[in-house]
Amino acid sequence: MTLRRIPYIILAPGMILLILFLVLPLVSIIFPTFFDGGFTFANYFSFFMDEYNLGIFWRTIKISLIATLFCVVLGVPTAYYISQSPKKWRGLLMSITLFPLLTNSVVRSFAWITILGQGGIINNTLMKIGLISKPLTLLYTEFSITVGSVYLFLPLMVITLVGILENIDSEIMEAAETLGANRFIAFIKVILPLSVPGIIVGSILVFTGSMTAYTTPQLLGGNRNIMLATFMYQNATALGNWKGASVIAMIMIVATVIVMKLFDWVAKRIDKRGEASA
Amino acid sequence: MRQVRKNTGLKIFAGLVFAFLLVPLLIIVVTSFGTNSTIQFPIKGFTLEWYGKVFSNESFMDSFILSLEVAFIGTLLAVIVGVPAAYSLARHNVLGRNWIKSFFLSPTIVPGLVVGYALYQFIVIKFQFPIIQGLLLGHFLICLPYVIRVVGSTIEQLDFSIEEVSWTLGCTKLQTFIKVVLPNITSGIFASFMLAFINSFNNIPVSQFLSGPGVTMLPTSLMNYIEYNYDPSVSALSVILMLGTIVLMFVIEKTLGLASIS
Repeated sequence: MTLRRIPYIILAPGMILLILFLVLPLVSIIFPTFFDGGFTFANYFSFFMDEYNLGIFWRTIKISLIATLFCVVLGVPTAYYISQSPKKWRGLLMSITLFPLLTNSVVRSFAWITILGQGGIINNTLMKIGLISKPLTLLYTEFSITVGSVYLFLPLMVITLVGILENIDSEIMEAAETLGANRFIAFIKVILPLSVPGIIVGSILVFTGSMTAYTTPQLLGGNRNIMLATFMYQNATALGNWKGASVIAMIMIVATVIVMKLFDWVAKRIDKRGEASA
Repeated sequence: MRQVRKNTGLKIFAGLVFAFLLVPLLIIVVTSFGTNSTIQFPIKGFTLEWYGKVFSNESFMDSFILSLEVAFIGTLLAVIVGVPAAYSLARHNVLGRNWIKSFFLSPTIVPGLVVGYALYQFIVIKFQFPIIQGLLLGHFLICLPYVIRVVGSTIEQLDFSIEEVSWTLGCTKLQTFIKVVLPNITSGIFASFMLAFINSFNNIPVSQFLSGPGVTMLPTSLMNYIEYNYDPSVSALSVILMLGTIVLMFVIEKTLGLASIS
């Protein structure tokens, strides 16, 4: 009898630590947001009724969506290129991709400050060649957050996709070309559908990642382009609005779960369609 | 076999993406040597003065030590708790196994900033724990999923019959785990340790709320510095951090191959 309990005893320490230091703390901040005398959604209603809050919410969704889209567009061909290159090159190309991913995100955001800032590289160059007379406002805009987010998450997308694309037989492409498709069409019609599972996993990572990211919007967004995570931090610290911060925390968690379920659902639908046509 | 033909369009596209990934970091390297007191590109002159500034900056050095300590202890704790749990999840027919596994991976679903905020409210404010303990717990939480995932897949790839042979030959389950399983999964444990350590060391959101006087992690300290300063010592510190990343990648490549962590 005692032998049967062993697996549970082994799992217990981790479970207990997670319950004590993740679940209970989360419940303790989220629970009060639903109570105001009695059970209520009032805190959430008033969050979404406020135009300023809504603006931040939609900005966050918009930037995450655009960043995800760019990661897919830039990531799929790059991952395909890596997966088709000879073994000795593949290691090097993977290292180039992994290196930014393992580099601190403050460093990666800071790089874009030096590029996009008022006295940054782009403005300096454009002014030197006389294309503009006044520096453009590139930094502390939605644009700079988007660039920073793509820069932050593109490696993740590429690495996820390489794992999937490596299994695609290169002869499939040749077959498509032999049958008359030009290379671009063959890529769109053959490689793209085959990489859908990778695109979905990668998109979940990129979308939820940029939606809850703190460092990049903080460093590249400035005070006017707040996103959910920076808004939550501001609520908790500068405004001393603990409940407001907890409401945003809950919104971020729920949005993350919804996005994951949504993408999973899409993936399953595509899977079924594949089976049906097979 | 026909050689895959050169695809110039794809090559150029991929080349531009790799440039997009690397050039910003290379620019940082260049700007760290400039003599001007604000960051400029292209630089004027050449100096190593900014590297000296980094090492003589007490708050950088203190937070660097703290970051190393917290990442190390957090990862170690995650390995101690996570390896047996990953084994149990892979080998035992536990009730609700998938559910428990997602529970162990759940810290990845909760945004880091929220993890830190919840810990701060619950542990530090409500139960008056010192901030440093909250910080360690937060980093333990973000390290745990890496251990469960990487070690878990290593164990799943391990031939189960080896363990059965060991039991047949008279070893107890515990002896088998220590003498047979552990030596066979060291590479997985090492990989998960490195991965969790790097991520913990680089993490900012979790530590954002869990900082106080004398308790500031290096990335946070760097971020605070950037908000008020724009001098090449930021570049210099960034270069030092990148060198650290390169060393770690080299170690991983030499021991397991980078493929094991991607």
